[in-house]
Amino acid sequence: MIAEWLGKVGNFSLTLLIVLTYGLLVGAFIERIIAKVQGRIGIPYSQPFINILKNFFKRTAVSHGIMFYLGPVFRIAGGIGTLAFIPVIYGSETFSNFSTAGDLFLVIYFMFFGQLGMALGAGESGHPYSAIGIARGLSQMTAYEVPFALAVISIVIQYDTLSITEIVAAQQGGWENWTVFTNWVATLAAMLAFLGMTGYSPFDIFLAPQEIPIGPPTEFHSAYLSLLQTNRALFGATKLVLFMNLFFGGATGWGELMIKTFLIYMVAIVIGVAFPRFRVDQAIRFFFKIPTLIGILSIVYAQMILTS
Amino acid sequence: MIKSLSTEDTLENAGLTEEEQLLFSNARPKPYEPYPIKAVEDFANWARANSLWILAFGTGCGAIELRPLMTARFDANRFGVAGRPTPRQSSVFVIGGYASVKTLKRIIRSYEQMQGPKFVIALGICPVNGGMYFDSYNTINQFDQYIPVDLYITGCMPRPEVLVAGIMELQKMIKQGRCDGANRYIENFDWYKANQKKVIKKWDMPDYNW
Repeated sequence: MIAEWLGKVGNFSLTLLIVLTYGLLVGAFIERIIAKVQGRIGIPYSQPFINILKNFFKRTAVSHGIMFYLGPVFRIAGGIGTLAFIPVIYGSETFSNFSTAGDLFLVIYFMFFGQLGMALGAGESGHPYSAIGIARGLSQMTAYEVPFALAVISIVIQYDTLSITEIVAAQQGGWENWTVFTNWVATLAAMLAFLGMTGYSPFDIFLAPQEIPIGPPTEFHSAYLSLLQTNRALFGATKLVLFMNLFFGGATGWGELMIKTFLIYMVAIVIGVAFPRFRVDQAIRFFFKIPTLIGILSIVYAQMILTS
Repeated sequence: MIKSLSTEDTLENAGLTEEEQLLFSNARPKPYEPYPIKAVEDFANWARANSLWILAFGTGCGAIELRPLMTARFDANRFGVAGRPTPRQSSVFVIGGYASVKTLKRIIRSYEQMQGPKFVIALGICPVNGGMYFDSYNTINQFDQYIPVDLYITGCMPRPEVLVAGIMELQKMIKQGRCDGANRYIENFDWYKANQKKVIKKWDMPDYNW
């Protein structure tokens, strides 16, 4: 029993390492693509790794209280926890992590958990921009969670299961079985929510580099910041894997995973470089209007057409 | 907040009212030793040199030379240079030309909030000897007396090419472990503070901005 669990933890550590490295590399790759669009060369591929090391090697750090310490810890616990219950490679014993029945709910909970922990930590830093960033981030999160939750409910009705592994299994056997083709309404709602989740323009209201410098992490520095940066790459890649599993047929190998997640990421990037930032009210109203309507429609679609 | 107990290690914070004194730390900063193993310190220095985050605080006319650094022509991103809007996260402070007394106060606050090791580049001739403002009533002449400077780039104004060259020179110096301005500041803390208080008449901030 113990040997089995240790093996599982070892496997998960390997998955964590690969996903984290992939997240950091894909971040640098995207930065370079944006730089090419702007006629620049851009950062080296090693830059995200060096940034994390640099922050880790800072000599000093000041604290603003216990919650300030715990904020980044909660954040990365949210990131790791989300990954822990997502089967990364379908059909692989090594990379299926702790996926069990009902993991879909757990994953959605974990995605929320990190953000709330960060909100408490950044709130204790006492910086006004942090507080504004949190207010914006949490309200946007509430807004995009609505279409996302509706889309998830829709595919739960469609596949009649709460297990991500079973959802992926149901999509095997050809591209025509992917959720994006069988239940395109839910995918549309979820992809619109995905734009808000990634935090690129037009939904980068909580980081907003030119208005509220960088929002919640304004006061975080040194090792706290290197934890946050690690989580940013990890959580970003994890969300991509989740979307790939739910809507794009999952992956049976790392190559397939990388191609699929990169293409999903590019949706947010292409929209991000093409559109300017929304105001806070515009961003939140956006999610409560069309994406929410599409989300409700997707449930009706799943119930009336797909399951009948 | 960090509160130290022994009176030797505390700062007076005389510029603050009694009520404000409770809000700020009065601990005296301490110099930091490098890592005991040389290979670790060298590795850390390599990481520091290749990830220079510049504090986006334009302190004089030279700040205009910082903008083109990020554009397609000079693209300082290639060297690991990035702008950072908050002093907590940045490691390089570019003093963009002349520093008036009013700005000096903000420079001190920002500099002390930066986390060590931190590096200061003084841009233009004004921080060296006052430049064209040498006899101005509200501009300081020798910047080095108030904040330790690691690298000077002289000229009026130096072009972005020179700034890029200066940044690469700074990287070389950091890799060799020669940029220890943060420790110099703390070792000679009383001297720097006395100089600062000599020019800043209305000292209404803590003695060290943690």
